[in-house]
Amino acid sequence: MSTRDKRLNIENVTVSFDGFKALNDLTLSVDPGEMLCIIGPNGAGKTTMMDVITGKTHPDAGSVRFGSDLDLLKMSEAEIVAVGIGRKFQKPTVFERLTVFENLELALAGTRSFLKTLRARISAAQQDRIEEVLEIIGLSNQRFSLAKILAHGQKQWLEIGMLLMQNPELLLVDEPVAGMTPQEIERTSELLRSLAGEHSVVVVEHDMSFVRSIAKRVVVLHEGHVIAEGDMDKVQKDPRVIEVYLGV
Amino acid sequence: MAQNNRESFTLWKPASGDRGGTWFLGVLALVAVAVPILNQLVPTSSAAHLSVFGITLIGKYLCYGMLALAIDLIWGYCGILSLGHAAFFSLGGYAMGMYLMRQIGRRGVYGDPILPDFMVFLNWKSLPWFWYGFNHFPFALVMMALVPGLLAFVFGWFAFRSRVTGVYFSIITQALTYAMMLAFFRNDMGFGGNNGFTDFKDILGFDLHADGTRVVLLVLTAVALAASYLACRYIVESRAGRVMHAIRDAESRTRFLGYPVESFKLWIFVFSAIVAGIAGALYVPQIGIINPSEFSPINSIEAVIWVAVGGRGTLYGAIVGAVLVNYAKTYLTGAFPEVWLFALGALFVLVTLFLPRGIIGLIPSRGQDK
Repeated sequence: MSTRDKRLNIENVTVSFDGFKALNDLTLSVDPGEMLCIIGPNGAGKTTMMDVITGKTHPDAGSVRFGSDLDLLKMSEAEIVAVGIGRKFQKPTVFERLTVFENLELALAGTRSFLKTLRARISAAQQDRIEEVLEIIGLSNQRFSLAKILAHGQKQWLEIGMLLMQNPELLLVDEPVAGMTPQEIERTSELLRSLAGEHSVVVVEHDMSFVRSIAKRVVVLHEGHVIAEGDMDKVQKDPRVIEVYLGV
Repeated sequence: MAQNNRESFTLWKPASGDRGGTWFLGVLALVAVAVPILNQLVPTSSAAHLSVFGITLIGKYLCYGMLALAIDLIWGYCGILSLGHAAFFSLGGYAMGMYLMRQIGRRGVYGDPILPDFMVFLNWKSLPWFWYGFNHFPFALVMMALVPGLLAFVFGWFAFRSRVTGVYFSIITQALTYAMMLAFFRNDMGFGGNNGFTDFKDILGFDLHADGTRVVLLVLTAVALAASYLACRYIVESRAGRVMHAIRDAESRTRFLGYPVESFKLWIFVFSAIVAGIAGALYVPQIGIINPSEFSPINSIEAVIWVAVGGRGTLYGAIVGAVLVNYAKTYLTGAFPEVWLFALGALFVLVTLFLPRGIIGLIPSRGQDK
């Protein structure tokens, strides 16, 4: 797809909270269609980095660009969502008392005003898109179930599905497998891998075996800075990584 | 494909239907047909004859049902608990009352062709500007919806924009209706002070004391209730209704999806206030009086209890609750006047503890939302 060619460039970004540098001269880029995993000990700045990309936190210095023309630091959270950056938070929040289908329907791109939603109907193309996403997230058989009866893992997938409804170019996924069963983890790994290519996917995760199963490129953050990057094997052998994170 | 798509439409929701709502509309239609027959065609001597007293009572219940419907729309579906909805009800009632006062004309005690009695009594020489136009029914009709709607708009605009939610919102709505009550108690507000408006003579030239007029008013109330019910049902079954659900369940998540949550709340709050206003407007000619006590905070709270007892989030449940609780009130305040408030309180506690889905929740529903 010709429009899906935007590269995310984070350059020399610094964020400090009361003197504590959550991000310290961070430089990182994500290629179109890439699957990137970010790991690092607690307080390494992973979540802060997500906050900066999505406009929730404003950096003290540096630049964040999406493609050649979009300066994310000048945009509001809603605008950033609109240009195609979707974020999945750690804790799944789906609409419990709506069905799976209805959750996806509300996430459809487009119609947002009250008067328009009053008359909104699902078009054939939208119907197909919802079916497609239901297939991707493996919830086709649960489409009429209320979201509240879904298992924890299914809720996570539903939320990823809701992100997909908005056709994001870049997906930011925060700890997707926390609290999942091994089977759910495996299913999530398949799901995320299937999304890379069509979308750029950035995953923040602690679970090493999970990271190994999905990532081609791994970035290790420590004290707001990239200390190593490369494939999992290379990263795991890096002496600094061993020192700060993986333990000896 | 178009044909195909039409079929898949019904697919997105389990076919729960709206059995309760259909039953409700059926019963309402039955009332609208039976009341005129029982009053007009059955002879007065017969036991089956329905007196004007009975008609008034039924009319009152239906108006309360409409108020409960308005509350359920915002509380049951959007999670906004208004403890001041009687204010909108009363404003609609006052707008109707102003029209009815102007219709009295020379027949008042003081015989002034323009000024209502209370103004003559207060030695006012001319009609205040805000009374202009109320001698025309269409103007009054517009005001019955516009005034409550406008108040809801201004109030809601400030409250929702400032992200006032939950119990804080409930408390300021209580303050709103209380402030309105104090204001309307004042003689120099120009709304008859603590006596309010009463002693109405006729509406659109029809004698308000005639059985025929009362029957027509009751039928109109039933029609208005059915229409509001259908309008509310249309809203909650639209995608906007699902957004309201979403707001109730996870407000910030809805905002994150890009929905203008504040504007949704405002629209639905204004619509609800208008429904309440029309209910109040229909209430006044049937009951024959409107005074500031209608604004009192307890009225709004009682209305919320009707909704809780009936079962919130079903629309018709709220109406059923309003009718049942008020029937109990009519009976108990007659038979054991001192017991009523205790009974009401106990009812609320019991329903909250044992029937979270209200009386309607007792009826087994097929599928969905168990």
